[in-house]
Amino acid sequence: MRNKLLEINNLKTSFRIGDNYYAAVDDVSLTVNNNEILGIVGESGSGKSALAFSIMGLHTRAKIEGNIFYKGQDIANISPAKLNKLRGDDLAMIFQDPLTALNPLMRIGDQIAETLILHKPEMSQKQRKERVLELIDLVRIPRPEHVYEQFPHELSGGMRQRVVIAIAIANRPDLLIADEPTTALDVTIQAQILDLIRELKNDLDSGVILITHDLGVVAEMADRVAVMYAGQIVEIAEVHTLFENPLHPYTKSLLNSVPTEGQEKLHVIQGVVPSLQKLPRKGCRFAARIPWVDASAHEEYPELHEVEPGHFVRCTCYSHFYFPDESKEAYAHGNS
Amino acid sequence: MWKFIVRRILITIPQIILLSVLLFLLAQAMPGDALSGLVDPNVSLEQKNALREKLGLNAPWYEKYGEWASGLVQGDLGQSFRFKMPVSDLIEQRMINTFWLSLATLIITYIIAIPLGILSGRYNDTILDSSITGYTYIGFATPLFIFGLVMLWVFGYQLQWFPTSGSVTPGLEPGSFEYVLSKAQHLLLPAISMALIQTVSTVQYLRSEIVDTKQREFIITARAKGASESRVYNKHILRNSLLPIAAFFGYEITFLIGGTVFVEMIFGFPGMGQLFIESILLRDYSVVNAVVLIFGIAAILGALLSDIILSLVDPRIRIK
Amino acid sequence: MAILKVNDLKVYFPIKAGIFNRTVDHVKAVDGVSFSIEQGKTYGLVGESGSGKTTTGRAVIGLESIYSGKVMFNGKDITNFGRKNSALRKDVQMIFQDPYSSLNPRKRILDIIAEPLRNFENLSMQEEKKRVQSLLEIVGLSPESILKYPHEFSGGQRQRIGIARAIAVRPKLIIADEPVSALDVSVQAQVLNFMQDIQKELNLTYLFISHDLGIVKHMCDDIAIMYKGRYVEQGTTADIFNNPQHIYTKRLVSAIPDINPRNREKQYHFRQEVQREYANSYNDYFDSEGLAYGLQPISDTHLVALPERG
Repeated sequence: MRNKLLEINNLKTSFRIGDNYYAAVDDVSLTVNNNEILGIVGESGSGKSALAFSIMGLHTRAKIEGNIFYKGQDIANISPAKLNKLRGDDLAMIFQDPLTALNPLMRIGDQIAETLILHKPEMSQKQRKERVLELIDLVRIPRPEHVYEQFPHELSGGMRQRVVIAIAIANRPDLLIADEPTTALDVTIQAQILDLIRELKNDLDSGVILITHDLGVVAEMADRVAVMYAGQIVEIAEVHTLFENPLHPYTKSLLNSVPTEGQEKLHVIQGVVPSLQKLPRKGCRFAARIPWVDASAHEEYPELHEVEPGHFVRCTCYSHFYFPDESKEAYAHGNS
Repeated sequence: MWKFIVRRILITIPQIILLSVLLFLLAQAMPGDALSGLVDPNVSLEQKNALREKLGLNAPWYEKYGEWASGLVQGDLGQSFRFKMPVSDLIEQRMINTFWLSLATLIITYIIAIPLGILSGRYNDTILDSSITGYTYIGFATPLFIFGLVMLWVFGYQLQWFPTSGSVTPGLEPGSFEYVLSKAQHLLLPAISMALIQTVSTVQYLRSEIVDTKQREFIITARAKGASESRVYNKHILRNSLLPIAAFFGYEITFLIGGTVFVEMIFGFPGMGQLFIESILLRDYSVVNAVVLIFGIAAILGALLSDIILSLVDPRIRIK
Repeated sequence: MAILKVNDLKVYFPIKAGIFNRTVDHVKAVDGVSFSIEQGKTYGLVGESGSGKTTTGRAVIGLESIYSGKVMFNGKDITNFGRKNSALRKDVQMIFQDPYSSLNPRKRILDIIAEPLRNFENLSMQEEKKRVQSLLEIVGLSPESILKYPHEFSGGQRQRIGIARAIAVRPKLIIADEPVSALDVSVQAQVLNFMQDIQKELNLTYLFISHDLGIVKHMCDDIAIMYKGRYVEQGTTADIFNNPQHIYTKRLVSAIPDINPRNREKQYHFRQEVQREYANSYNDYFDSEGLAYGLQPISDTHLVALPERG
């Protein structure tokens, strides 16, 4: 049975640069159910990490507007004390870089135990140590007793990422946010870490938000996928739909730029991702990168359209889009 | 870790030897020698040369150095030209005085630096931070010898809260309570003056360490665990920021040496710094030499101490 | 003819220990690697961190000192030339991984790209400027950008500046060390396409070092898989991907996420299977020190590290 775990409504996260606020996350709405992996794909500057930090309340200097309902409670607008009760307990996060995510001066055991101290103060010291050893074992680090006493620099990157995961799952979180959890790791380690996240999701019945730039990782892991560009969700759909019937020009372009079997030339998206300050205030944010598409194809204030149940696409330009190397007619013909 | 410490200690030996050789050669280059001041100016040149030969003053430098160095090891720092007494006797009491002055300064330095650094770093870019950094800039810009004079004038002469010179009120029984109290009273004003200036670099250092550590990713991990802000500060930021400060401790000693020279002169405090200046003015080279040697060794040992502290507290070095 | 021939290359790093920091042992970063690359081809060197792939590339160009072995370029021995011999060095250039740190932030683009020109060619200011401008045009940047500084460019543009620098002196061989791994997917495509274009135009040879099998598959004619300083398998792209023989290669291939979500189950089971095989037959593929055996030919192009038969 899937329950709605997280519901984000019109989230806007802005940072102050000079005298103005600029939105790194702009009008994002999404839901996450339990026992579900929502993949969020985007390139650097798409706002995907800023979104994750907003959910966890980790931005120290940002203006957050909109609502983030976790089990009906708006966590975007609660006191720090209440938020701290949830963080590390119900909500947990896995970070991108295992080399910097751990305190270099603290023993591994103490770093994992800290989450237990914070949320399960009733545990005795002995129970706590047992639980920490159990967790180290759970993320498949060999010799837990030994690792308990070690410092981060004594472990490899893959092992450190397992420690970061152990910290995140210590209190069986209902919602796990994984921000590029395998980007810094080798492929064989990546496969192991991804399997681990999937198993944990099944065992704990948690909802997972998996943030990545790697389309392969999303294809393997996610149940639903949201594609982000310049702070907005441009397309969101069930995973098979998104890979088999991508609609937004950005999703299509992205899929074409990854090397696949028998592909001679990779697709190159024209231009560059606009910086936060240079984002157009209105109009389709992707328009500048597909200049051959007629301006009238775009909406003035692009919205998400539900093109089929559960499949949303931003802006109307998707229905007029074609790649420059395929002629407009051929495209129109093939789709009619 | 032990290997590291042993290796580090072994390195100081050639450092100290090199320092002593350099000092010795410098002393040799000075005009005149031990004989110039001792003999009657009317003694003829031939006689002097004969005497020199007899006293071994014409021996090659390394032989003379060997003799000098073996004397050093036995605590013989030579004879003062001026006071006609062993340098070691001259230095002993002053070394003790300077030691206490330095210790008091260090303690006051940290009493000021740690809270100010923490406040400034934690609340960076606030008015509080600006006023603290403002103080540090003034501290950097103010020469110690001027600040010391001002302090002396205000607290010593105008307000008369502190004695204005010496290290103890004469006539007190050494070891009695009044004696210790009087010593402390004499120490306080120079120590505070020096500390107020000296501390600014530590405040700045601690502040930037904290601002730096605040932005490290493991702090985000700690927040994501649900740790409250105060816990994040006490458990993660402070510990990690104080570590480099601990390492800085040894170098602080080096700065102190420079400071004592000014402060002791201004406050008429009979310590090594004062002796150093006086000996230079009197051209009492053997004393200058001995003082510089002791200062140099203190600096080398300070650096050694820094590295040892760091190796003890930082697991990244400790484990190796 | 092979433009680059590497024979039994070994690069060892000393391990220092004890109070006097004496060398007690060596890390065998590269431990007996041999290969050759034909002119105009792209040769992929794949491995995970610590496999020695980058060290191999750096040793070829003279950035690491070689313990033993031979590096032949165009029939000439360049093993111990270091970076001194300009005539030969000119022909081998390198593209670095990180476009953010490999360009000096205080230098203008003109100076960055002209640096190899100044080392190897005597050009007047005018000629130099012209060359740099035409190079910028080749890499698709505006010739007016010569007076800008690196921070004014995006990651992909910086990597293209790095490429412009590498091709400035018309080299024959380019060693590309993870040239796109710091870049976004769409920017990766741009740089990879561009590398292919100039390869055709200038008849370049690439030694392409990467951990990303998908990209290597797309770019390379021949591929070698490295593990702990040794080759475990070498062959054509088809050999490696369609007929992997060594268990380590299979592990790598099975670990690449499939971009088709329909293959998810299949991929998962494949991975499980390979993992089982890896656990069961580890000793058949690695010696007592956990290192790969010597290479045995199984076809004209395909070499696999297996214990000698019999």
